[in-house]
Amino acid sequence: MMQKDIKRLSLILLFAPFALWIFLLIVLPHLGMFYISVREKVGPRMYEFGLGNYINFFTEPIYWNTLIRTGSMSLLVTALALLLGFPIAYYIAKIAGNRTRGALFLMCLIPLWVSDLIRAFGWILLLRETGIISSSLQWAGVINTPIEFLYNDAAVIMGLVYTVILFMIVPLVSTLDGMDNAMIEAGYNLGGNGPTVLRRIIIPYAMPGIVSGCIVVFMLTAGSYLTPILLGGKNSSWFTEQIYDQFITRYNWESGAAFGFLLLAFTSLVVWGGLKLSGQTLNSTVAKS
Amino acid sequence: MQSMTENDLAATENDLECVQVRKHFGSVRAVDDVSFEIPKGSFFSILGPSGCGKTTLMRMIAGFESPTAGDIRIKGKSVIGTPPNRRNVKMVFQHLALFPMMNVYENIAYGLRCAGASKDVIRTKVHDVLERISLPDVANREISQLSGGQKQRIAIARCMVLDPDVLLLDEPLGALDLKLREAMKIELKLLQHQFDTTFVYITHDQSEALVMSDNVAIMNEGKFVQIGTPQELYHNPSAAFVAGFVGDTNRWAGKVTRVESGAVEVVTEAGLTMRGSVRGAGTPGVGDTVSAFVRPEFISAEKSGVSAKPVDPAHNVINGKVDSILFNGANSRILVRDGAGELIEADVVLTGGTQDLKPKDDVTLSWSPEQTMSFKA
Repeated sequence: MMQKDIKRLSLILLFAPFALWIFLLIVLPHLGMFYISVREKVGPRMYEFGLGNYINFFTEPIYWNTLIRTGSMSLLVTALALLLGFPIAYYIAKIAGNRTRGALFLMCLIPLWVSDLIRAFGWILLLRETGIISSSLQWAGVINTPIEFLYNDAAVIMGLVYTVILFMIVPLVSTLDGMDNAMIEAGYNLGGNGPTVLRRIIIPYAMPGIVSGCIVVFMLTAGSYLTPILLGGKNSSWFTEQIYDQFITRYNWESGAAFGFLLLAFTSLVVWGGLKLSGQTLNSTVAKS
Repeated sequence: MQSMTENDLAATENDLECVQVRKHFGSVRAVDDVSFEIPKGSFFSILGPSGCGKTTLMRMIAGFESPTAGDIRIKGKSVIGTPPNRRNVKMVFQHLALFPMMNVYENIAYGLRCAGASKDVIRTKVHDVLERISLPDVANREISQLSGGQKQRIAIARCMVLDPDVLLLDEPLGALDLKLREAMKIELKLLQHQFDTTFVYITHDQSEALVMSDNVAIMNEGKFVQIGTPQELYHNPSAAFVAGFVGDTNRWAGKVTRVESGAVEVVTEAGLTMRGSVRGAGTPGVGDTVSAFVRPEFISAEKSGVSAKPVDPAHNVINGKVDSILFNGANSRILVRDGAGELIEADVVLTGGTQDLKPKDDVTLSWSPEQTMSFKA
């Protein structure tokens, strides 16, 4: 009897920090936000329950256009990160020797030690009108006048891919690592050529890692703020910027909270759609790696 | 030139032929000058301790490694430079390497799809092969739902559906438990008969090789030591390594004290004297060191003093004390400590009666010089 109680107590104690974290930092703020998002301001310090903040979003095209733009650009970033990350992950997991593997993995990790902000400024140093790329092109005589590489969609996408690609590589490496080399050899042995083995064996096997990486990357991109603002400038039209605007510039917490929930709903919907399309479940992907 | 074409003609009788194949990794000679030929439809095993180069040899036949020198011919045609997916050699991997993201049907159909077979052909062939391995109902199962033995058979079916010239098997029974392994040995042999395809089986387990094979090659340190039928290898080993590696055996190192035609008298390091027959290459002279091997089943053990039949005077005779009894049904064995303090293994029949040998009994061991295989060291 005693033994059982002690067991239960230790379980509760072990579980408590996690439960507190989830409740205090995730559930509670979201409940508060949701409460704020469904009240309408009818006068100074006068509020009424209603869905006006949400309706506002749909009636004002600039709002939902921004969300669609954010969503599609995030999808593009996810696709690019996958295209670039897969060969890297494959090389690290399957081709590199044991020692190089560690070094390569570390090289992927090291940029994470530097803050987002510093890395974004690094890009600015490279890309701005008076930056390294522009001036070296001038010096080489390719261009006559300085060119501004910053403040366009390409810069934003490049910066985002650079920031998030690690989160694509890590789950891919871990799934590909678990793949028996003999399986690839069996693919060839049974008559498959390179593309067949990639399409029918390696990619299906890596699917959980691919989906898991895509989910994380998409969520991070759609919710990112710093990189689009710094590299895209004033007209980057990123949805998080819109939310920030509502909260800080306009001091319209009700609308900002509603936008926050809309972003959450939208990204969840995209992830759900992606899972349905790939035939995977959250359990078999993100929960695994 | 003339002899070359004759060679080629003769080669077409063989499904697989290796000619002086070598593979060096840096200064390591993983496979060193290996030549052999395997006639059509036979079961050939390559038996050797781990690290002897047998896996490298198999990977060269499959095309995953290319030999440093030498030629590999399949149905008489050299396959050097042919990529693995163009060789009609299929392989059953050590851990089978079934594709977990496909079901049984898809696994078997994969090779046919790669070959561009039509849907109907694939369906009939897959069901045919499942029928032949007597698993007709598993087509829609997932790989994880199969038992170990079923996976084994699916892995073979996946290769056999493609009608390979040669099927390579890389220790596929290693992962199975003992009981299943015994059953699969017989099953593999039957499957080989049924498909009438050449099987090349790689293993370090001698009983697997002896039970299943028509011919066995013993490999050590990158070289083939002896090729022969299981009986030849067991009873007429051509080298000390083969005698020690195939089957259980008592082994002594000693010096020759007398030489007669084909026979020697040996004094072992511990001081036992025995007569033996000379085997293998090289005739030992007086004073040479030799290794002598005697298999436990050729040593007869009798309780001292109660011997009913007289011992052949030509036999080697040693008295000792039973140290322990290793009971294993029909394969029971005793360990006897001789006067010099060495342990000698001998097979005995234990009936469970009062006549059975017991530990600490005094016993007389005897065996014929013919069964004392002596190799010049």
